Amino acid sequence: MKADRGAVVSDPLQPGPAGRVLVYALLFLFSAIFAAPFFWLVTSAVKRPEQLMAYPIQWIPDPVVWSNFREGWSFRPFSLYLRNTLYVAVLSTIGSVLSSSLVAYGLTRIEWPGRRLLFVTLIGTMMLPGQVVMVPLFALFVRLGWVDTFKPLWVPTFFAGAFYVYLLRGFFQAIPRDLSEAATIDGASEWVIYWRIVMPLARPALATVGLFAFIGAWNDFVGPLIYIVNENNYTLALGLSMFRGQYGTYWHYLLAVSTLVTIPIVVLFFFTQRTFIQGITMTGLKG
Amino acid sequence: MNARRRNLRNGLIFCSPAIVGLAVFTVYPVLASLYYSFCNYTVLKPATFVGLANYRALIADKFFYQSLYNTLYYAVLSVPLGMVTAFLLAVLLNAKVRGLAFFRTIFYLPSIVPVVASSVLWLWLLNPDSGMVNAIIDAIGRMLGIPLQGPGWMQSPEWSKPSLVLMSTWGAGGWMVIFLAGLQDVPREMYEAAAIDGAGRGGMLWHVTVPFMGRHIVFVTVMGLIGASQFFAPAYVMTGGSGEPAGSTLFYSLYLFQQAFSYFQMGYACALAWVLFAVIFVGTLLFFKATGRFAEATGEG
Repeated sequence: MKADRGAVVSDPLQPGPAGRVLVYALLFLFSAIFAAPFFWLVTSAVKRPEQLMAYPIQWIPDPVVWSNFREGWSFRPFSLYLRNTLYVAVLSTIGSVLSSSLVAYGLTRIEWPGRRLLFVTLIGTMMLPGQVVMVPLFALFVRLGWVDTFKPLWVPTFFAGAFYVYLLRGFFQAIPRDLSEAATIDGASEWVIYWRIVMPLARPALATVGLFAFIGAWNDFVGPLIYIVNENNYTLALGLSMFRGQYGTYWHYLLAVSTLVTIPIVVLFFFTQRTFIQGITMTGLKG
Repeated sequence: MNARRRNLRNGLIFCSPAIVGLAVFTVYPVLASLYYSFCNYTVLKPATFVGLANYRALIADKFFYQSLYNTLYYAVLSVPLGMVTAFLLAVLLNAKVRGLAFFRTIFYLPSIVPVVASSVLWLWLLNPDSGMVNAIIDAIGRMLGIPLQGPGWMQSPEWSKPSLVLMSTWGAGGWMVIFLAGLQDVPREMYEAAAIDGAGRGGMLWHVTVPFMGRHIVFVTVMGLIGASQFFAPAYVMTGGSGEPAGSTLFYSLYLFQQAFSYFQMGYACALAWVLFAVIFVGTLLFFKATGRFAEATGEG
């Protein structure tokens, strides 16, 4: 990017002055379209029910009913759902980072026969539709007595995700081998090299994996839908969807809670943009 | 112990999460699911072998065809529309604009909104009477002096799938980021050569950018089609799992889920899953074969 700056004038793909106006016009138009649903979400969340249904439409809520957030949140036990969600999300984050980094280390820093085969198999599983394994896994968790516990949601994350291994593998390969060779001569074991040398150097990549794992668990809907039965074990996503099913007419509360569930993700994104975009680019993972 | 054996042992230990994980969460369930697809199975009782009965029932099941049609309809519309949108946004952002981070954030954010929240939001946006989309259509109509009536969106069998396509296009930002990264890799000299040959901007986009982006376009298409074939959560949340109105949002995965967890026809659900798997597998192979030739022709091996 930086090297290109000097060549802007001769860059044939860079639009001229008239073209730039068009580019900005299109960008603002698209921004307005993409941002409009967020505007609608937040403004609807602070309207009174009768304002929500008003015709013609009320663009700016008057008065602003802030209490919708508090009332919507306590309409169902969302504080409990938040605690459940955090429990699953934190364990999933730890599990994904630990297990995927161990595997990526074993695939890149240790020479052993079969590591290529393992990597290719792992990548191949990404094409397998989840519906194929859904029923046997459900049956397995029933036999283990794990249905209606959080275990089906976080235990699998301790067994390495293919996407995360792929992402970390690229990063681990870039760490110079001399570092670990020097440590080996000093008598360090693989564990010491993994924990003391590679892991600290891989911090940005580990942060990416952790971030994706956390957001994935926070947003996950299908897992809780299959495995959680008791209302006390609902996650935010499941609680919100049930809220919509049972109290579909309480739009002001529904939208207020939807806003509250979305805000942490948006905030997290703002603070970690660079890590995030790099990660997406590296894995091709879509949201 | 020599170094080779030590490496083998260490390699296996470090990779054991993946090895155990593959065995327990992939190999075992894949095989079990194949077996169950030939069984009558409710989870509560042991599976009983019924041969091809599930597959035979499937061929005669009108909901199987309906859900297949709905899914195909959704995939054919949402994948190209999402890709074109994502590509266009990436090309715009690549024009070295000011405020890149600002625009990128706005385009990207929708793709990470929790799916339940975005489903609730879109159901409300597309509310036929009080939603923003129909209000805008109404306003445009009044501006032009002709009465415009917005459609019933999720309440109408004809408009429910387009509604979901709209929502998925809003979330195309994830693909945009991939395209944006790909655009950085297009060699500058190719544009300069094209300029010397007298190509206009449109010509460059079509003859230089698109072919060089071939790898990314193929990747996004394959992942997009695989994702669309498993489309589930928004349809489930918005219709309460019913696939209404008139079965117009009964997508393949939704029907499969109903069979498994509403009717406990687990064997039948497994048969449905294996048909889906076969379609995805064959489709991807054919696609790679076709695009392999495309890549050859464009010099992007």
